Amino acid sequence: MVTKVEIKKMATAGSVESNDILIMISKGEGNIHIELESVVEKQFGEDIKKVIHDTLIEEGVNDVKVIAKDKGALDFTIKARVKACIKRGVES
Amino acid sequence: MNYRTLLFIPGNNPGMLQSSDILGADGVIIDLEDAVALPEKDAARILVREYLSTFKSKTAKFIRINPLDSPYFYDDLEAIKDLNITGIVLPKAGVESMSKLEEYMNENNLDLDVIPLVETAIGLETALDIVLISDRIIGLFLGAEDLTLDLGAKRTKESKEIEYARSRIIAASKAKGIQAFDTPFTDTDDIEGLKIDTKNAKDLGMTGKTVISPRHVEEINKMFSPTVAEIDYALRVVEGVKAANEKGLGAFSLEGKMIDAPIIKRALNLLRMSGDYKEEYDELLK
Repeated sequence: MVTKVEIKKMATAGSVESNDILIMISKGEGNIHIELESVVEKQFGEDIKKVIHDTLIEEGVNDVKVIAKDKGALDFTIKARVKACIKRGVES
Repeated sequence: MNYRTLLFIPGNNPGMLQSSDILGADGVIIDLEDAVALPEKDAARILVREYLSTFKSKTAKFIRINPLDSPYFYDDLEAIKDLNITGIVLPKAGVESMSKLEEYMNENNLDLDVIPLVETAIGLETALDIVLISDRIIGLFLGAEDLTLDLGAKRTKESKEIEYARSRIIAASKAKGIQAFDTPFTDTDDIEGLKIDTKNAKDLGMTGKTVISPRHVEEINKMFSPTVAEIDYALRVVEGVKAANEKGLGAFSLEGKMIDAPIIKRALNLLRMSGDYKEEYDELLK
């Protein structure tokens, strides 16, 4: 059972450097909403959104708005940036 | 394992992390210290954890944590203690910081190698005391940029100002029978300068070099690799020792030169570096 985690403030993690992804999160409107801009959106857009979504769920976050700017990040980077963003977003 | 090159990889750079296995270095040092800006320390730890948990690495992976006198020392250790890595590089190494690291590793049963990075005057003058603290230490690493700052010395390409430091690190390392890693050459475009600097360090007794640019890896690997002629000579020394031992001789001559214990040890060290060492050679000097 994953403990529910509440995003308390806007937070960012990552960068728009090549192979990275910039994640911005803020309190949601009762659900997970993801906006993605990616250099490989046509090919991998849905996969990237799924990694973001699954990481949020794993971390107990289900009420959040996410804006992501991807520059070709692999899954490990996407997960890491989402986790860092959540950590920053829950700190008071 | 003898490391000719240890290449620094910035801990918060996904592109460099995912390429780290194909850059040709014998080992990499994932850096959580100077290469990571203060507001990004948390993100770098998480990125490094995700990277190392995702990829099975072929290259030896060390992590440079932040120093004991920073607020990040124990946070870094907590973040990396369960990762599949080769070891830890301890910056600003001194007797106190090495003792604290050893204490933490004992409490957490960490079976990892340690490379203390000596980059302060007090660290340099207590280098032997540092290496005697732990059997986990596999090499000493000279950090000349911070050291010369601490000494008030001008850092130059000729590196005369670090000759004493190099020799002191080498002596402490050899006294413990571990590796001596030289400071990186910081001009990434000057390959001729790199060759001179590496030769100077190797001639003094350094056994490997740390690297900040992938462009330097191949040249340094080449310079720290024994030549075919050196390997052939070392193997002839070994054969000579075997024959002398059978005859009960202490010293013997090979190709007109007297071969005694220091030359035999040098030959055995070279064979270790080249990968031609055999277990049976352990008996040769007994």
